[in-house]
Amino acid sequence: MLGYYFDLALRSLRRNKMLTALMVVAIALGIGASMTTLTVLHVLSGDPLPGTSSTLFYPQVDPRDMDGYEEGKRPPEQVSWVDGMNLLRAKRADRQALMTGGAVPVQPAQSNIDPFFSDARYTSSDFFPMFKVPFLYGRPWSESEDGAKARVVVISRTLNEKLFGGKDSVGQTLRMKDTAFQVVGVIDLWRPSPRFYDLNMDSYGSLEDVFVPLSTARDVHFEHSGSTDCWGTGGGDEEHAETSPCVWLQFWVQINDSGKVAAYRDYLVHYSQEQKALGRFQRPPNAQLPGLMEWLDINKVVPGDVRLQTWLALGFLLVCLVNTVGLMLAKFLRRAGELGVRRALGASKREVFAQLLVESGVIGLAGGFFGLLLAFVGLWLVRKQPSSYAALAHMSSGMLLVTFLLAVGATLLAGLLPAWRACQITPALQLKSQ
Amino acid sequence: MTQFAPIFSALRRHRLATALIALEIALACAVLCNACFLIVEQLRALHIDSGVAESSLAVINLGCDGCKGADLNARVTTALRAVPGVQSVAVVNAVPFAQPTGYAGINLDHEHFIAVPHFYAGGPGAVETLGLQLVAGRAFQPEDFQTAELWLPQNPSVWITRAFAERLWPGQDPLGKEFFSDQHHFRVIGVMAHLTPPDPGGGHGDSAGEWSVFVPVNPGASLNGVYALRANPGDLPRVLREARDAAQKAAPEAVLDLQQSRTVPELRSDFFRQTRIMVGTLAGVIVALLLVTALGIVGLASFWVQQRRKQIGIRRAIGATRGDILHYFQAENFLIVTVGIAIGMVLTFALNLVLMKFYEVPRLPVYYLPVGALVLWGLGQLAVLAPALRASQVPPMVATRSV
Repeated sequence: MLGYYFDLALRSLRRNKMLTALMVVAIALGIGASMTTLTVLHVLSGDPLPGTSSTLFYPQVDPRDMDGYEEGKRPPEQVSWVDGMNLLRAKRADRQALMTGGAVPVQPAQSNIDPFFSDARYTSSDFFPMFKVPFLYGRPWSESEDGAKARVVVISRTLNEKLFGGKDSVGQTLRMKDTAFQVVGVIDLWRPSPRFYDLNMDSYGSLEDVFVPLSTARDVHFEHSGSTDCWGTGGGDEEHAETSPCVWLQFWVQINDSGKVAAYRDYLVHYSQEQKALGRFQRPPNAQLPGLMEWLDINKVVPGDVRLQTWLALGFLLVCLVNTVGLMLAKFLRRAGELGVRRALGASKREVFAQLLVESGVIGLAGGFFGLLLAFVGLWLVRKQPSSYAALAHMSSGMLLVTFLLAVGATLLAGLLPAWRACQITPALQLKSQ
Repeated sequence: MTQFAPIFSALRRHRLATALIALEIALACAVLCNACFLIVEQLRALHIDSGVAESSLAVINLGCDGCKGADLNARVTTALRAVPGVQSVAVVNAVPFAQPTGYAGINLDHEHFIAVPHFYAGGPGAVETLGLQLVAGRAFQPEDFQTAELWLPQNPSVWITRAFAERLWPGQDPLGKEFFSDQHHFRVIGVMAHLTPPDPGGGHGDSAGEWSVFVPVNPGASLNGVYALRANPGDLPRVLREARDAAQKAAPEAVLDLQQSRTVPELRSDFFRQTRIMVGTLAGVIVALLLVTALGIVGLASFWVQQRRKQIGIRRAIGATRGDILHYFQAENFLIVTVGIAIGMVLTFALNLVLMKFYEVPRLPVYYLPVGALVLWGLGQLAVLAPALRASQVPPMVATRSV
């Protein structure tokens, strides 16, 4: 029966090409705009480390003084050197890494490349295994190299191509800020998006090019960039960053067993109490342990522009759908005579209803197809934009399916009212006027 | 008015279709007004007056943390001045649309933070090079340029923008007033017409974003590496190219930051690129929306005309002119659109409230509504014209046929 309805729908749609085209165009425009923005939103609010993100947590403690204290406010977004080091050395989690960002002057050995600044990450060694960073060559540095302030560096594949022509550069020397570093590893293409571990940086930017041990970076006075938040008499100058009352580091932990998360949170509270007893902390213990995805939510990493555009597009889709409801109503009521004959010949209301819904479904499919084409054009346009997330805007197979479901679902929904209205036709009246 | 009576009774028989068109107009009205408003807001941001002589400014940014400040400044400024076409050179810490470097919270009583302005620091000649406009107070004297031990001097005399003065001391004369930040103590000796922070609207000030302070500082250990150059606008790209080479040659130990060593017009264009895209997107949505709405009206009106061919024929047969038929459909459209606009106004304000809550959008000015209404009335009339003309062409003969 469905096949017959399908055939009927095609015939009916062919009969009035103009009206059909109008409906398909309306649906296609609405779907195209919504799917473009939804895809961008989906990509941007995605999980940066699928499979691992649920084991990653971002501990927060509140080391500030009582100035400006308000109950219930979240602790600072970063940790101070003292707290970071204490938590790092305590090793209460399965893995932990303390890190911050910066920019270092790279002085290539080749005379044909001018010195340039590279974004850098200064971190303790667990960064690499904890975030499952893929290595093209070599390996990360070890914990003992962390302690020894070793002059070692891990570089990105991009930098490796720029400086070493893409060859295995492990063991080579890289000069940065007049200090020689030994390359120990090259990171393969890796782009967690958002770049969750340090939200002070461009959240959707590319990976840093240079990774050095945090202790080494402090030792050779690499400049730190990102946010530094001080209280009390804190001045925030680079030289005394270890002792000044400022937060400027990110601390991440990996807790594999979900049962131990509560224990770690308790540990943070104990730590805060202990520090308060020592006189370092003044506020009542305020320890938080958001998971990775929760942390991204709290910080609203998805750009406001993107959300706004999504809402606009959905509003647009709504207008297009109302438009389609009107056109379908016109179309179905115009066929009152035909429907009256079918009803008189024995078709039940339900059957007529099903027939008309199949017709709207066909329109939805066609609209979905053209909408998909428009969405591809839209995403292509998005990728032309200069923003850092632009390059990420690609259609996935999941979104492809969603596009068709949305198109057909929305059109069926739009068809409900006109179809119901058309079913109310009294067959006798229609037959009489013929 | 007598004309409207038959329209009403006809519309009562097509309640559903009428309601749909009205609803579509209402939604279009809400999205249209708000999208237009967002565009205007973005355009206002795009045309912000930075307060500096943008078209003749370029900036050279050197990264060099081991360098001796005074020595570096002397070498680089000498080299830059030697570039043909350079009118003046000054050491600064930032320029509008470059990287912000000097945000700091300030207070008036050593206790309560009130605002986070951007502090511009500049050496001798910086005011002239940047082209800052003083509207009240006095110019800087040589003794105003102090040496900074931290990033700014301890007790400098400063200029602030009019917008910032209004924020700190509403309605009062700001000259001679004082404010504090950390160990610094600032005395206001001048008021500038405009000077935006490097990232206007970047979240530290209000949306106008003109909270800036200009501090005279002796170039040295705390102020080095960033140089503002002034040249003829036409000459600027060449001057910048040569200045980049000259700076690199004069300070081989420093690293030239290519991203930040640009002309100010380039920096501005980069800074607002995202905003321009947003404006384009919004304009696209508006056009598509109007198109879809118009097509919807065309579709439904055509259907009605077709459905009422017989009635139209009868009306023609008993004396209605073509103009009467045309006007009938136009008046009908006008009525429906009016109802749609009425609902749409409520929706517009509801949407604006939602946007205000989540996106820090200001309140929609009331005059958007009549303008939006005019546009939609016009659109409705335009869309209904073709079907209405077709209706007026229906010959009276139709009345005599039985379908």
